[in-house]
Amino acid sequence: MTAVQALREGALAALVAVALAVPMLGLKLEHGVGGLSVHGRWEFLLLAAAIVGLGRGLMVCAGTSGIFEGLWRGRGGKAAAPGQTLWQRHWGYAALAALIAAIALPFMPFADRYVVDTATQVLIYVLLGWGLNIVVGLAGLLDLGYVAFYAVGAYSFALLGTEFGFGFWMCLPLAGVFAASFGILLGYPVLRLRGDYLAIVTLGFGEIVRVVLVNWVDFSGGPNGVTGVPRPTLFGLEFTKRVGDGTAFHDYFGIDYSGQYRIIFLYFIILGIALLTNFFVLRIRKLPLGRAWEALREDEIACRALGINPVNTKLSAFALGAMFGGFAGSFFATRSGFISPESFTFIESAIILAIVVLGGMGSQIGVVLAAAAIILLPEFLREFSEFRMLAFGSAMVLIMIWKPRGLLSRRQPTIRLAGREAPP
Amino acid sequence: MAYFLQQLINGVTLGSIYGLIAIGYTMVYGIIGMINFAHGEIYMIGAFVAIISFTILGAAGITWVPLALLLVLVVTMLFTALYGWTVERVAYRPLRGSQRLAALISAIGMSLALQNYVLLSQGAGVKAISPIIEGRFDVYEADNFLVTLSYIQIFIVILTVVLMAAFASLISGTSLGRAQRACEQDRTMATLLGIDVDRTISLTFVMGAALAAVAGVMVTLYYGVIDFFMGFIAGLKAFTAAVLGGIGSLPGAMLGGMLLGMVEAFWSGYFTVEYKDVAAFGILVLVLIFRPSGLLGRPEIEKV
Amino acid sequence: MSVLLTVEHLTMRFGGLVAIDDLSFIAEPEQITAIIGPNGAGKTTVFNCLTGFYKPSVGRLALRGHGDETYLLERMDGFRSARAGIARTFQNIRLFPAMSVLENLVVAQHNALMRASAFSIAGLLGLPAYRAAEDEAIELARHWLERVGLVEHADRGASELPYGAQRRLEIARAMCTRPVLLCLDEPAAGLNPRESAELNQLLLNIRDEQQIGILLIEHDMNVVMGISDHIVVLDYGKLIADGDPATVRADPAVIRAYLGETEEGAA
Repeated sequence: MTAVQALREGALAALVAVALAVPMLGLKLEHGVGGLSVHGRWEFLLLAAAIVGLGRGLMVCAGTSGIFEGLWRGRGGKAAAPGQTLWQRHWGYAALAALIAAIALPFMPFADRYVVDTATQVLIYVLLGWGLNIVVGLAGLLDLGYVAFYAVGAYSFALLGTEFGFGFWMCLPLAGVFAASFGILLGYPVLRLRGDYLAIVTLGFGEIVRVVLVNWVDFSGGPNGVTGVPRPTLFGLEFTKRVGDGTAFHDYFGIDYSGQYRIIFLYFIILGIALLTNFFVLRIRKLPLGRAWEALREDEIACRALGINPVNTKLSAFALGAMFGGFAGSFFATRSGFISPESFTFIESAIILAIVVLGGMGSQIGVVLAAAAIILLPEFLREFSEFRMLAFGSAMVLIMIWKPRGLLSRRQPTIRLAGREAPP
Repeated sequence: MAYFLQQLINGVTLGSIYGLIAIGYTMVYGIIGMINFAHGEIYMIGAFVAIISFTILGAAGITWVPLALLLVLVVTMLFTALYGWTVERVAYRPLRGSQRLAALISAIGMSLALQNYVLLSQGAGVKAISPIIEGRFDVYEADNFLVTLSYIQIFIVILTVVLMAAFASLISGTSLGRAQRACEQDRTMATLLGIDVDRTISLTFVMGAALAAVAGVMVTLYYGVIDFFMGFIAGLKAFTAAVLGGIGSLPGAMLGGMLLGMVEAFWSGYFTVEYKDVAAFGILVLVLIFRPSGLLGRPEIEKV
Repeated sequence: MSVLLTVEHLTMRFGGLVAIDDLSFIAEPEQITAIIGPNGAGKTTVFNCLTGFYKPSVGRLALRGHGDETYLLERMDGFRSARAGIARTFQNIRLFPAMSVLENLVVAQHNALMRASAFSIAGLLGLPAYRAAEDEAIELARHWLERVGLVEHADRGASELPYGAQRRLEIARAMCTRPVLLCLDEPAAGLNPRESAELNQLLLNIRDEQQIGILLIEHDMNVVMGISDHIVVLDYGKLIADGDPATVRADPAVIRAYLGETEEGAA
């Protein structure tokens, strides 16, 4: 009877879809000569009905057979550990391949300025994703205002450079420290709050930071932002065509100037920091702090009963996540040499959250893939780029319904008893 | 004094709008224990439907204001209620047993999706409509300042009061209201007693959406200008209002809305306009830190 | 041998409701003290007051904890009382479901490991001091897994275990915090008779080998009467009997309120 059920559910869903679509899709507001007018676009209604109806019908069919689950599990032989997916058995190779590809990228023949720059952008989002992953994925704290730390990092980096004349290598760690401190400042009063409330408060904080940046012109330059952000140097060698006092990179090495060098250099710096971040996160998951984060996410009350201080543990997650966000902000600032409050809206927080959610909360590789997808897909699918946020939002809902722990994660224990020798 | 009075009038009007939206948040939070992040977008959709309906009515030649208002209210409430129902069915019901985080993320995803849905279907530009209810009373003049009370402001406040009264009696008097309160307190027990929990929850969402729709109509009439992003800020503030008044409490939502509206009006009037949103968020943070149960709410005791 | 836990005039009010009314009793070390009574009598509330989840309205709760120090539990937050030496399990099992059985037990040793790793910094650097501490922690975990019979499941997810095993895991986890007082909230709930008997044996072994005190909330009279050295009976938040099992079993007030007319009791 599944066919009949599928048909019926499909038809019902199509009906609802049409009703919903009438005001928004079916009618369009236009500002005409005489004022506002409304035009009909009835084709869309048909489209909506078809897509939704078919989709729902298929869902009902697929739900009764287990095809999706089977596909996902992969054809596992006896060698597979219980519950492991295809992906999990081979991820080591994938990671190595990705690393090699990343290092080799700038030297590839097709790698022009644009490619490396885009890769840099992906890496910035990977850093942001890993940072938020600590807060949301590991510690289970829903932070909707992560963009605030991104902004604090970017602005402290920029202002330390322009106001105090510090160089790149001085500003970077300081920006991280500022962001982490901000994380502690923000976190301390609110980390006692329950999930939903924490989410809204952090959202509010993100907005407050943005509003302050826009309006406190003396401090932040207001909507005009900050220019002249410090650029990376290699042991004092600068990457500009002509330098004031110092030596230029190309002069030192006796090669022609190319704008590429700075871009490639920045790319490798970010790649290096990203790898360090990855190492840090993977290590800390095996340490008491990382485990405490995950335990807190699972059951805070049990944690308290075990003597774990929830506030301090949450604060550490917040602060470390903020620090990485601050680093990412610094890279963002130095990449374009200019920042303004426009880049630090709630949408950014939402995108970073989407990266963490889609990639699998707690999964490092997942974040990389999600960040790559989120940055690269719109580049390849230019015509569809305006559908980007709609796709993310819908994807977040779908992923939560289908696989609440994200596409790629099925947590593996960080410590095993098997294989350890028992004491004599 | 005159200026003060004007801010007061503005504040009460604004507060009514916030209160109507806040009720949606508080009812949903009361019954399923989560924040409906998409509620702000429901309100925004209500405003869009309202503006579309007004435009159509205008083009169709129905210009007698009371009739147009009635029609628009009904139509907007219907469509918005349907959206509210769909959001619950699609994004929240499947996650009812899951971890908190999953439901929250789904809600945020829904909010994003709705915002962009409207952005894509109606365009990013602001939509403006010529005033429909015009006219006002000149109430009081002093210090070179004229205090006015516009018809639309009166309409908003009166409609809000009427709706509040209707809702209060609905909640306390009818079986639906009883079912709601039962579900709020103990969902499992309610199921065992034969209450259709799914239906009760759906109806809660629908009612909240309907009220948000009314707020959307009001805003369209009051400001005459809407855009796809208005739900975000309004939603945040309305949630602040709900928390301020005590989440889960209907009179609390209204009270919170009023207070917030007044704070915002006075802040803009006497300090700066740019930071008025910051003032609202500041209140949210302070309330959640110092008195999370709000003004009229009962402190929640953790069941360990 | 001085007293382990002294509860004096404990009163807990929630608004107008008095959950616990002027309760006083003593728990001795190396003894199993059972707290029994009808549902709603306030037993779990007592635990919550002892372990810092509720702040008592009135009362003094003195624990002779780690280092023989006296800790006043009524002033301590949840996690601090755990550091004083009190460990507990919950009425509704609270494991860390996404983590493995072994990880659950290692998390329990968080504080010791944090100290040894200098807040994880030594761990990040891979210093041997931390690795030694971690090995020690794993050995303690292994020890308790063997005691509760879950060693083969060490690397499985905690949520995959059957119900009885989960209860045992919760006890093992509590023991990994090296407590001086173990508080168990209905550990036998949902266990079949064989499992109950095993639980009895486990608790007796813990009492004798670890030389700690055990506080037990239970409805299963076989467990209570079988292993308790001392029973405290609550009804509507008030103490109605306090003594050894034989005395309590014969107490008419207890029989009326809780046990029922037959001696075996209505568990």
